[in-house]
Amino acid sequence: MSTEDKIKYTEDTVDLDGKQEYTITVYAENRIGLLNRIAIIFSKRKINIESLNSSASEIDGIHRFNIVIHEGYEVVRKLARQIEKQIEVLKVYFNTNDEIIWQELALYKVSTDEIAEKVTVERLLRQYGASAVVIRKDYTVFAVTGHREETDALVKALEPYELIEFVRSARVAIIKDSAGFHEKLKEFEAEEPGEELVENEFLEKGGKIFTM
Amino acid sequence: METAQDTIQQTEAQAETSKKLFKGTGSQVLLNGLIEEGVTTIFGYPGGAIMPIYDALYDYADKLEHILVRHEQGGIHAAQGFARTSGKVGVCFATSGPGATNLVTGLADAQIDSTPLVVITGQVFAHLLGTDAFQETDVINITTPVTKWNYQVTDANEIQEVLAKAFYIAKSGRPGPVLIDITKNAQIQVEEFPEYIKCNHIRSYRPKPKVRVEYIEQAAELINAAKKPFVLFGQGVILGSAEQEFKAFIDKSGIPAAWTIMGEGAIPTSHPLNVGMLGMHGNYGPNVLTNEADVIIAIGMRFDDRVTGRLDKYAKQAKIVHLDIDPAEIDKNVKADVGVWGDCKETLPLLTNLVNENKYEDWLAVFKDYNQQEIDQVITPELYPEGEEITMGEVLRNINEICGGEAIIVTDVGQHQMVACRYAKFNNTRSNITSGGLGTMGFGLPAAIGAKYGAPDKTVIAIIGDGGFQMTPQELGTIMQFGAEVKILILNNRFLGMVRQWQQLFNDKRYSFVNITSPDFVALAKAYYIEAQMVNERENLRTALETMINHKGSYLLEVMVGRENNVFPMVPQGMSVSEIRLK
Repeated sequence: MSTEDKIKYTEDTVDLDGKQEYTITVYAENRIGLLNRIAIIFSKRKINIESLNSSASEIDGIHRFNIVIHEGYEVVRKLARQIEKQIEVLKVYFNTNDEIIWQELALYKVSTDEIAEKVTVERLLRQYGASAVVIRKDYTVFAVTGHREETDALVKALEPYELIEFVRSARVAIIKDSAGFHEKLKEFEAEEPGEELVENEFLEKGGKIFTM
Repeated sequence: METAQDTIQQTEAQAETSKKLFKGTGSQVLLNGLIEEGVTTIFGYPGGAIMPIYDALYDYADKLEHILVRHEQGGIHAAQGFARTSGKVGVCFATSGPGATNLVTGLADAQIDSTPLVVITGQVFAHLLGTDAFQETDVINITTPVTKWNYQVTDANEIQEVLAKAFYIAKSGRPGPVLIDITKNAQIQVEEFPEYIKCNHIRSYRPKPKVRVEYIEQAAELINAAKKPFVLFGQGVILGSAEQEFKAFIDKSGIPAAWTIMGEGAIPTSHPLNVGMLGMHGNYGPNVLTNEADVIIAIGMRFDDRVTGRLDKYAKQAKIVHLDIDPAEIDKNVKADVGVWGDCKETLPLLTNLVNENKYEDWLAVFKDYNQQEIDQVITPELYPEGEEITMGEVLRNINEICGGEAIIVTDVGQHQMVACRYAKFNNTRSNITSGGLGTMGFGLPAAIGAKYGAPDKTVIAIIGDGGFQMTPQELGTIMQFGAEVKILILNNRFLGMVRQWQQLFNDKRYSFVNITSPDFVALAKAYYIEAQMVNERENLRTALETMINHKGSYLLEVMVGRENNVFPMVPQGMSVSEIRLK
């Protein structure tokens, strides 16, 4: 789907003001203070960040942030522009959940006695695809990788059985139709920006304007 | 064995290297860098954490002029005034802690009004960072939301590259303030430094895009089909040095053009297609007709709420063409039908080529008709009042008559600011210096000092209210010491007039803490050895203004104006631009 079609598709099918989960992917330089610069773009507008992950990207030296927020399309688009405007940010993408492959990792600490005694616990863990990370006499730590609903569901399920500790990581996401950043970076490094670089996809509305 | 030839070659190679290497301190290499960037004037205030830089500055007095201000806020506003009149990057120094926090208002002002600044702050030694050391504040995090970029230098070897980036970032693309925080150890660190290289590319920063012709074509097609097109222009025209390109565009297209207060002066007031001011206290026609135009061409402006009034009733009938260098501005407040992302110095000539030569006489006549109504009901009574009290408008009329539109007018914030922007005539660009986006009271006096350094051959008049003047009066000391020839005109209505006006109109005249008393401004000026007088009566006004303007040196004139005069027209907050009130 071309960018233009995609914009049109998005505008036609999504309630622009309706809130939903968006995953923002930020390619940026690895610089002290940049996380704060990005975070305040959200806090300035009193928007909560549901999840934030900062990691290496496919390119050495370039950082990749994944930020999840629950907002409307228009708001997310403006936020993406404001983030991309920051000096050390190279590129920002934002996607709905059906446009990305995403995972979160959750760890559960459960009493080993409980598992040994109650066969239901073991079944539960199998059912959720949990793997044991550490097994000690007093406790066992399980890991589950998956979507929020899955890891949440296991928390609920384990509550009756002495769930001692629980933690979940931020979301990491891969954009389904992204070809990665290698080619883009070459353009960013060129002194004269090429056509690809000056894409302003949000302006690609040419077909719709001549209605007067 | 070494031959003589080898030795000569080695010596030459060494000479070559030593020419490129400079051995000295971080402070020296910083000042050398400023000189390389063409800096001549610095506004600043010393303190403990920036002492090594000031020590180095002692030896640079012949190359770098340092103006010792009386408060860091004054320093940064002066740097803003300098940048705005000169078109260069303003430079300001301050120390750590309170010195740096005092800069925050100026940074916020420069950020929202896109003023290019490079601000250098001293910081405690790197090994003390995070220990709550004496005069330590987290300057980088405090200033992050109000800077285009900021960086903390802890090693002198970073200084040159960071300074070069700072200047490039501050002045390119959409300009803005950049802050460099330098720890004291980096200022005193001795190193061999390479030659200074200016920055012209950062891979993660795109100051301006390559212009896409298809958008220009779409824009031209809309404009050429329009019956009632209307141009709204802002400071982008001035920041892009595109005044000529802009004039060529409206001259050929024949489209009436109205300005935001930041764009005022980009074309002369007298230009026949200049139809006046937009926004809350703008002109009648431009506001009402925003909601009647069929195509609106917004150039280098950002649809601020003071310009648009109620957004859901703003220009709904019009197709919007928006030219801006900052992609984040397009579609931010008002949805554009065609967004032309680019530097208007490049996009305007392309657009001018494609638009038809045209005249919109009937459409212009509508503007003239509204203008006549405004003249009759608002402007004439303001400029030629019949009552006893002096009005702010008649002061401006007299200034126009004396200066003929050649003066630089610096304003503070409030009623006098709106009156000055409404009535001051400008022949030249970079002549209207005001705090537009942030609305910083106290901006006027220090900014006027900087404005004079930025445009030494111009008459600089600082028009300030009695409230705003009392926010930064200490800068009279800077004028006293360095002799900046600033004409200070205090329009004294013995009220915080704009707030009082709102309280009168919207809060049932409940005048809550707007009744401000003032010192004897004339005596205050004289305490600083600045010539001054006060005028209370109309018959003395003209002569007093002439005396002020013709006086050799700085001068303070206090004019007592009507206490409860209001600025009209007015688009009340939350109302549509077509609901503008004439009284």
